[in-house]
Amino acid sequence: MKRAFPILGVLTAILLSYALYQALVGAPTEQTMGDVQRIFYYHVPSAWTAFILFFVNFGASVFYLTKRRPAADIVALVSAEVGVVFCTVVLVTGPIWARPVWGIWWTWDMRLTSTLVLWLIYVSYLFLRRFSSSGQTPTLAAALAVLGALCVPFVYFSIWFFRTQHPQPVMGGGGSIDPRMLHVLLINWLAFSCFAFLVCWSRYRLESLQREVDQAHALESLLGARGSAR
Amino acid sequence: MLFFSLLVVVVFSFSFDPSAEESRQIAGGLVWVAFLFAAVVALNQTWAREIRNQVLDAYRVSPAPANSLFMAKTLGNFIFVSVLEALMTPLFIAFYRLRALGPAWELMVVAVLGTWALVVNGTFFAAMSLRTRSREIMLPLLLFPISIPAILAMVQATTAILNGEGARFWIVLLATYDLVFTTVCLLLFETVLNAE
Amino acid sequence: MSNNEYLFAAYAATWIIHIVYLGTIVSRYSRLKREIEELKKPAVRS
Repeated sequence: MKRAFPILGVLTAILLSYALYQALVGAPTEQTMGDVQRIFYYHVPSAWTAFILFFVNFGASVFYLTKRRPAADIVALVSAEVGVVFCTVVLVTGPIWARPVWGIWWTWDMRLTSTLVLWLIYVSYLFLRRFSSSGQTPTLAAALAVLGALCVPFVYFSIWFFRTQHPQPVMGGGGSIDPRMLHVLLINWLAFSCFAFLVCWSRYRLESLQREVDQAHALESLLGARGSAR
Repeated sequence: MLFFSLLVVVVFSFSFDPSAEESRQIAGGLVWVAFLFAAVVALNQTWAREIRNQVLDAYRVSPAPANSLFMAKTLGNFIFVSVLEALMTPLFIAFYRLRALGPAWELMVVAVLGTWALVVNGTFFAAMSLRTRSREIMLPLLLFPISIPAILAMVQATTAILNGEGARFWIVLLATYDLVFTTVCLLLFETVLNAE
Repeated sequence: MSNNEYLFAAYAATWIIHIVYLGTIVSRYSRLKREIEELKKPAVRS
């Protein structure tokens, strides 16, 4: 198991480099936007990866609420954290793309807006995990995750209708995509998914180790207290 | 709380001083932000008495179902916040010279559904925040992001009705939101109450 | 073309965000390893 990590790391690095090359050089230049459009190859896969991670968080939270396995709680925490990281990438690359293309930093485009709300929901989840008392955290966080996940369809519906009433420029363009561009997009998505998996794995190992140490500390102070009471 | 409602409306009036035409466009948003603010202030105190008298511990031990406690709390909060809104609304109408172009009863429907959405989630998150550090900031921190679709719906519905446009989509969305979140909060409240 | 600066900025921002996050994981991990070394040392009996 431990051997796998460095091997996968190297493979992922190679894949990411190849994907980067394709994004910058291999993919054809877009007609209207020019080379700036290549941000698309990082912006969209990050969004898809974030959504998948948030879905994993939902699954892990439901699993925790039903089965109460600590491992599920760690998976929930890890997927939310890494999901927020990828979501941040989306929210940063979005405006950087919007600025040269439309001259504005932000647009209430459906995708950007929904991503912002998603980011807010999961950041609030992380705050709850940080600030709640440790005995309660897994259960409360899991409950919040369920509510947050249920909120997602409402977020999409409400913003969709809001946007059809107040049309905005559409990020990433609507309509069909050149098959060569789709190919590069999917390569980048695969590369970032592998990367996300490895990051989650590392974070998972860190968290399990952290909890073991915390338990050891708790045990030590318990025994130490009893020892000094003699 | 009467004086508080007045203060909120006056402060908002100083921030925005629109003409009657403009006020119809922004009043929806203003009114609901004011209501949201008032709701958070009310909700922060919602479980205070229970904590002081250790009611929640007693409740955990009793055989009574947890969701009846939750429903009772939520209804109480709903009534309280509705009273606040009823106090603030005439002031808003006066200060902004508001006049609805659409049917006023629809505004009542939006008010009821919207308030319920805020209160049901707010009561739930207030219970969650009870043993967190920085309890007062935790409630709005948790409540606002999840309430965004509802807030968007409330504001858009109110604005639409004030301007004589159709608000049916927003009202249906709000009603669905209320249904879904009330159900889930009821289902999860027992778990949250017993979380330890 | 100044637009390429934005392209570079977007890609750089992506990797900076990821590297910062990985950095926090790595530093917490090494701190934890040190703590474990401390815990493994025989406890001082008072």
